[in-house]
Amino acid sequence: MPEYPSIVFAGTTDGGAVLDIAEYEKAGGFRALRKARAMAPDAVIAELDASGLRGRGGAFFPTGRKWSFVPKPDQLPKPHYLVVNADESEPGTFKDREIMLRVPFRFLEGCLIAAHGIESQHVFIYIRGEYEREFEVLRDSLEAMRRADLLGGVTVVLHRGAGAYICGEETALLESLEGKRGQPRTKPPFPAIAGLYAAPTAVNNVESITTVTPVFEMGGAEYAKLGVENSSGTRVFSLSGDVVSPGNYELPHGISMRELIYDIGGGVPAGRELKAVIPGGSSTSVLTAADIDTKMDFTSLVEAGSSIGSAGVIVIDDRCCMVQLGIRVSQFYEHESCGKCTPCRVGTKWVTQILQKIEDGRGSQADLDLLLSVCDRIMGKCLCPLGDSDAIAVLSYVDKFREEYQAHIDLGRCPFDGESSLEGILAPSELHAHHGHEPAHV
Amino acid sequence: MSVASEVQKLKKRYPDPLSAVMPALQVAQAENGGWLSPDAIREVADALDLTPAYCLSIASFYDQYYLEPIGRTHVEVCTNVSCGLAGAQQVVEAFEHELGVSAGSTSEDGAFTLGTIECLGGCGWATVVAVNNRHRLRVQAEDVPGIVEELRGA
Repeated sequence: MPEYPSIVFAGTTDGGAVLDIAEYEKAGGFRALRKARAMAPDAVIAELDASGLRGRGGAFFPTGRKWSFVPKPDQLPKPHYLVVNADESEPGTFKDREIMLRVPFRFLEGCLIAAHGIESQHVFIYIRGEYEREFEVLRDSLEAMRRADLLGGVTVVLHRGAGAYICGEETALLESLEGKRGQPRTKPPFPAIAGLYAAPTAVNNVESITTVTPVFEMGGAEYAKLGVENSSGTRVFSLSGDVVSPGNYELPHGISMRELIYDIGGGVPAGRELKAVIPGGSSTSVLTAADIDTKMDFTSLVEAGSSIGSAGVIVIDDRCCMVQLGIRVSQFYEHESCGKCTPCRVGTKWVTQILQKIEDGRGSQADLDLLLSVCDRIMGKCLCPLGDSDAIAVLSYVDKFREEYQAHIDLGRCPFDGESSLEGILAPSELHAHHGHEPAHV
Repeated sequence: MSVASEVQKLKKRYPDPLSAVMPALQVAQAENGGWLSPDAIREVADALDLTPAYCLSIASFYDQYYLEPIGRTHVEVCTNVSCGLAGAQQVVEAFEHELGVSAGSTSEDGAFTLGTIECLGGCGWATVVAVNNRHRLRVQAEDVPGIVEELRGA
């Protein structure tokens, strides 16, 4: 197996962390910050452009261009804000958490470079409420930087979420940060113009911001040599599911799915066969074993009919019923729908219910048509992509595993006969119905 | 420190004091034994000069604010796809068996609340179980008796 450069996790070995500020600085930490602060903000953005860095949260929008949309303070004389999205909640994704735990100073250094680039004095880091340890590490690291007088007059506030996937959507996150229910806004105006407190705001993901630091250490042009065209640099792939060695792996964009799953992840456990791969978090279209040589970069995954998304790779072997997978994924989006747009609020529930009917062997041919029709009525009809994500995922399962869906209808039962790996899995959305049922075995 | 004085400190962190509502609810919840009673909501509302109805509208939106009493130990098992593939349902059932409560309920003595939860962001270390918001990784059904014994002794 070739040696790959460690960029995001540079300076750590064997899963270790750099939590001591002196150790971080001794290994070259804060050089990038000093270099960036000596540059004009426009030059900072130009350096980012040269790196080709694109957003690691899921949308893959060029980071430098995003910053360039934020007006200059003399063009729009309001406070400018940098908001960092640490609300990582996309099923299959657990990279930002490991970044915050292992290289908190590289992440916070990136925040300060970004603040300089958009001429902001105020940084808000919105971290999901379930990340307790991660919050503590950031709090302590931030305090160490404050004592070392590195903040340069910039205030950095850690704001804790309280359990809502939707707050990973940038406008819902801004609403939540303003003290409101986390419901997406209409766009335009975009956050760059009217974001937090209706002021110019850049919203970036943790991995994107952390990568800003090495871009300034090595130079944008040098960073751009890593990876492939349209997808420069490394990516922290979160590998999970039916794979021998799950975990986060930092690899250059453009490696093949085969290399990731088999050479690095050890393949599917013995005696089983690869059935499906969700390549970029549960919101992305599923791929099959036939797609195993797909390259893991933006363009290649679009060409394969999916998306790199959050780079959360979920491996699924032949024990899993794809109707049950659809139910579990749809239950998630149904539970997390904020309720603002009717197609999402109602549609996700319909999708779950029709899938359940098919799984229970009560589905007819018309139900399968109805399922596709409901998905179509969600797609593109809401303020944010949450409902779309459910529809995209479920449509891809039906498309790639049509025969399995058909078999449920033809047989009048699940062909897995109770042996599927997701059999009986209890989603939080089902707890209310489950509550009050005495567990049979007590 | 009282909730009211804590909230005054929180307000100073933000350009707009309304932004303090989430951390204020968190403080009030911690002070009130882990859940937001009507009185606890009112305390936050008074401290931020908001209506209790507004504060309730926030508390009811987010999963980590509890509007009913919960057990002193809150066990939540992630049952999203990656944990599900790793046997999360067997973990849920093992907790039901050991604790004698069904998922979604609280034991009669108020010691434990058991639930399932959406993705906790630990898919590569499945199954993830949150105990009072602290994550235990790679939990398997056979680990559950030992965990429950430890929690009962704590």
